[in-house]
Amino acid sequence: MTKTLYKRPEALTDARTHYCPGCGHGIAHKLIAEVIDELGIREKTVAIAPVGCAVLAYNYWNFDCSEAAHGRASAVATGIKRALPEKFVFAYQGDGDLAAIGTAETIHTANRGENICIIFVNNTVYGMTGGQMAPTTMIGQKTATSPKGRDYHTMGPPIKVCELLNTLEKPYYIERVSLDSPASIRKTKKAIKTAFEAQLAGKGYSFVEILSPCPTYQHTTPIGAMDFVKGPMQEVFPVKLFRKDGGKINE
Amino acid sequence: MKRILMTGNDGIGKGAVDAGCDCYFGYPITPQNELTAYMSLHMPMNDRVFIQAESEIAAVNMVYGASAAGKRTMTSSSSPGLSLKLEGISYMAGSELPAVIVNVQRGGPGLGNIAPSQADYFQAVKGGGHGDYNSIVLAPNSVQEMYDLTVLAFDLADKYRMPVMVLSDGRIGQMMEPMTVKENYKPTLIDKPWALNGCKGRKPNKVWSLKLGDGELEEHNIKLQAKYKEIKNQEVLFDEYMIDDCDTLLVAYGTSARIARGAIDIARKKGQKVGLLRPITLWPFPKDKIEELSTKVNKIITIEMSAGQMLEDVQLAVKGQCPVEFVGRMGGAIPTEQSIIEKI
Repeated sequence: MTKTLYKRPEALTDARTHYCPGCGHGIAHKLIAEVIDELGIREKTVAIAPVGCAVLAYNYWNFDCSEAAHGRASAVATGIKRALPEKFVFAYQGDGDLAAIGTAETIHTANRGENICIIFVNNTVYGMTGGQMAPTTMIGQKTATSPKGRDYHTMGPPIKVCELLNTLEKPYYIERVSLDSPASIRKTKKAIKTAFEAQLAGKGYSFVEILSPCPTYQHTTPIGAMDFVKGPMQEVFPVKLFRKDGGKINE
Repeated sequence: MKRILMTGNDGIGKGAVDAGCDCYFGYPITPQNELTAYMSLHMPMNDRVFIQAESEIAAVNMVYGASAAGKRTMTSSSSPGLSLKLEGISYMAGSELPAVIVNVQRGGPGLGNIAPSQADYFQAVKGGGHGDYNSIVLAPNSVQEMYDLTVLAFDLADKYRMPVMVLSDGRIGQMMEPMTVKENYKPTLIDKPWALNGCKGRKPNKVWSLKLGDGELEEHNIKLQAKYKEIKNQEVLFDEYMIDDCDTLLVAYGTSARIARGAIDIARKKGQKVGLLRPITLWPFPKDKIEELSTKVNKIITIEMSAGQMLEDVQLAVKGQCPVEFVGRMGGAIPTEQSIIEKI
């Protein structure tokens, strides 16, 4: 007698991946699809794909998806959710999209407490355009546009988005998670589910930052990228629950 | 029939509400602020969505979202703000999303001033943002038309799945006139099977403008151009004033057309045969009508509050069949009736 232990979520298509070997986007996409299946919301979901590597997310997700101009995913999500408050709306964004060109939209959407979810994939680099310095690139990290490493004095330190948003009053749930191990991936799924359930309960703005490997532009192997995410990245971006149930978590 | 007194900016707001605008997203800029204020009161009052966005860019991208969700939606601004909105307008053209964009023009370039202007003509009618696209551009010349053309803009946007611009100026926006409003008007809404509202009972929908496949983007552009060609054949609107016997033809739109009419009334009293062709759609441009008239008149005078932008489209339509002269002021200045009469 055979028993099905795992199958592809209905919310995920069987499209062949375009992501590089060792990339975290595939894991994050799958976790989202699993949560959507578990919550039974595939047919009421509208997702917003960013500009960046994940722009093609709509090829992998088996539900309604919109593109957004670079950095504008939060604004597009706001438009959709306000137009259709009964639908489930989330935006999926990378670090350049969300924390550089889309900073204004990110902060103001959070400050209005829009009843949407933002999945923020932080891998410290622009991927699609060829590994340039991102707002989350770490001091000393070499990229296509910081060939000698990010310099604190002329380029400033990396932006910690969860910490920034945690200064606002209205966000309901903010957590930083990681994809560095099977245990971390399970915690990431739990965070995504917490965020999605919050919106379904009408609680307001939820933000999940996912620290993610990018072997190609972190200039290492897939295993090396996992080590990078687990080690140096988490020294700068600590994995942490910042806010739950609308209240800040005590230090 | 109900007559009310309103400013032009409020007239646009009333038109949008009556046309069934579900979602409005704005950002303050003079001289269109009355419109944003009107919407902040009347949209919630009618159980519709109003957001004062953090920027013109955010506002137009909220419009993108609401439109993708299948709703009637609008944003408004004035010249410097329109430059920022072009990103979203190009994306909506590419993604084939209907929306109404209002530009209550002011003097430029740069921060310019807050006086009425028609210097955004090129930006409005030549696409404006990146890529091969056009928006339908409607040019009201009265408070009545601010209302009527806004209602029409929503219908055209839905019909052709594209941004439609109402191109006005600070003078028409700020002035008050009596106008007739529609009573118990029910807009005709069309089905939007492409909209993103959850894939219940159907395959997932996508709204996107990225076309990376070999030849895919060219194919998409060919489809867009076919749509634009149909619009050029179907949707040209213009108004005529005393053109039947005229030997001098004035071509002007919006505020300039009102001044041109004043000049014609004075000239006619002196026995001069002058008429006015007023484009109501600036894109598509009434080029066939102007070409036809250019064979019947001695000369054409184009009047604009710009350095001469529509002038180029008039010259293209005329094809050298009669002289085309120009009366214009720049930087928020307005041509006088006298300056037109001198040219006649």
